[in-house]
Amino acid sequence: MNTGKVKLKKEVNSILCGPRKNNIKESVMEAFFAACAAVTIFVVISMTLYMLINGLPAIRKAGVEEILLRTEWKPTAEEPSYGILNIILTSLIGTLSAIVLGVPIGILTAVFLAECPHKRTAGLVKPAVELLAGIPSVIYGLLGLYLLNPWMYRLERKLFEGSETHRFTGGANLLSAVLVLAIMILPTVINVSETALRAVPSGIREASLGLGASRIQTIFHAVLPAAKSGICTAVVLGVGRAMGEAMAIMMVSGNSVNAPLPFQSVRFLTTALISEMAYAQGTHRQVLFTIGLVLFVFIMMVNILLNYILKKDKESHGYEKEKK
Amino acid sequence: MIEGKIWVEHLNLYYGRKHALIDINLKMKEHLITALIGPSGCGKSTFLKCLNRMNDLVANTRIEGKILLDGENIYDKRVDTTLLRKKVGMVFQQPNPFPMSIYDNIAYGPRLHGVKNREELNRRVEEALKGAAIYDEVKDHMKKSAFSLSGGQQQRLCIARALAVEPEVLLMDEPTSALDPVSTLKIENLMKRLKKNYTVVVVTHNMQQAARVADDTAFFLAGEVVEFGSADQIFCRPLDKRTEQYITGRFG
Repeated sequence: MNTGKVKLKKEVNSILCGPRKNNIKESVMEAFFAACAAVTIFVVISMTLYMLINGLPAIRKAGVEEILLRTEWKPTAEEPSYGILNIILTSLIGTLSAIVLGVPIGILTAVFLAECPHKRTAGLVKPAVELLAGIPSVIYGLLGLYLLNPWMYRLERKLFEGSETHRFTGGANLLSAVLVLAIMILPTVINVSETALRAVPSGIREASLGLGASRIQTIFHAVLPAAKSGICTAVVLGVGRAMGEAMAIMMVSGNSVNAPLPFQSVRFLTTALISEMAYAQGTHRQVLFTIGLVLFVFIMMVNILLNYILKKDKESHGYEKEKK
Repeated sequence: MIEGKIWVEHLNLYYGRKHALIDINLKMKEHLITALIGPSGCGKSTFLKCLNRMNDLVANTRIEGKILLDGENIYDKRVDTTLLRKKVGMVFQQPNPFPMSIYDNIAYGPRLHGVKNREELNRRVEEALKGAAIYDEVKDHMKKSAFSLSGGQQQRLCIARALAVEPEVLLMDEPTSALDPVSTLKIENLMKRLKKNYTVVVVTHNMQQAARVADDTAFFLAGEVVEFGSADQIFCRPLDKRTEQYITGRFG
């Protein structure tokens, strides 16, 4: 029992320390972490500035309309024209189509992985998805070149048999690029959606099943809506991936500037940069930087959209983060 | 006229090798509240989940014996679990509203079962919310997220959601264990009102709660029903020594 008396020890176990012993160590470490973090900020800011400084002169020289709203791309002609509208549209339409194709497959695969009661089957799919994520994009390009393009060429010959206006591409067209992109975004979409689906509390599933819903109804009416923001994130990240991809689509898309129609050879923002940077000079070179700037702006927009979705989710339900 | 709504005959349940429920025989009567009490892990929640076959989802579960609902064995091969769960609704321990608006939460069940008519849906939602004594609190903001409600309101919302499918039996798995005393009281009063229209089976840790609301009480211990009888009898004149020990707080 406590006697109520507090005996003072002879040697007090002091909690005080020397004036700065701890503080110096702490503040040095803090400064170090801050410096590391500053590197990222510095890189982002300097990249933005660099892109603006290099991308804007061409616009100032040739005019916004001349570059962004014209389709004529003849940078090396005697009277050069620098219209990149076809290139921009190719990137937008190519990305959009790849998303339309890849996202449903990706989400349903994620559903299979997260909701499949047979662990063994899921255990086969999961490593395959991870492998898909690890394959370098040039390999996708190679496979597209050797498997997809010949097949595409056969299709093209059948479709445009007897056509006098069609320029044959040998299968290197927008459609091939879209298919390759759709496959390339799969791992991103699958992994992010799967994480979102797994974060849905089991109470949601139980509640739905308890109301008499079948498993399929539960997935589509309760689980997927509950994982909505995570799945939106997956789609946005997929857009970013598709938008920024260069090597694989360069190999399969024919790489000439045309309107983005399925069976025409096309050039994307990214592939325009790679294929011409090596020899471009003067205004042509500046316009390429403008193309880079356009791509940069698109990617920025995708990121801002992503942040907006995440923030809005936190405000409304905050489901995936709060209730794990 | 009180009759047996649910008859449980020689129910045995195994999780893998574990014999989790041992020869359960119970009769749950219509328009009464049957409380299932017992220490943690005694099998009362497991038993409750047998009543609407939520245990089907757990791997490695084997069930023997019969559970008759209005004379039909719910473990019959021909049973459609969708119809069963429509008839036997469930409320869970943690309030688990869907991340949707209040209205959509309640309309979820009726929509599943094919109610598309706007007026019919509105009627069902309103009735369910009134039935769960939460209508007045939410009627002006049906479009708001269900997460904007307090824990106690969320639980009543979940009860309303279960009522909207128009079940006959309501299973409640420790419905107040995550709630504060005021919300608990509201839910208990609600339960007493609900028994006029439904057969209620409630699992509870809280013996005072069982004594307050239950008509019949079953005491579970280690997978067996030790004693089953009217709440008065169980709480005032327990026949089995273990029941007496448990309700007087000597273990559990």
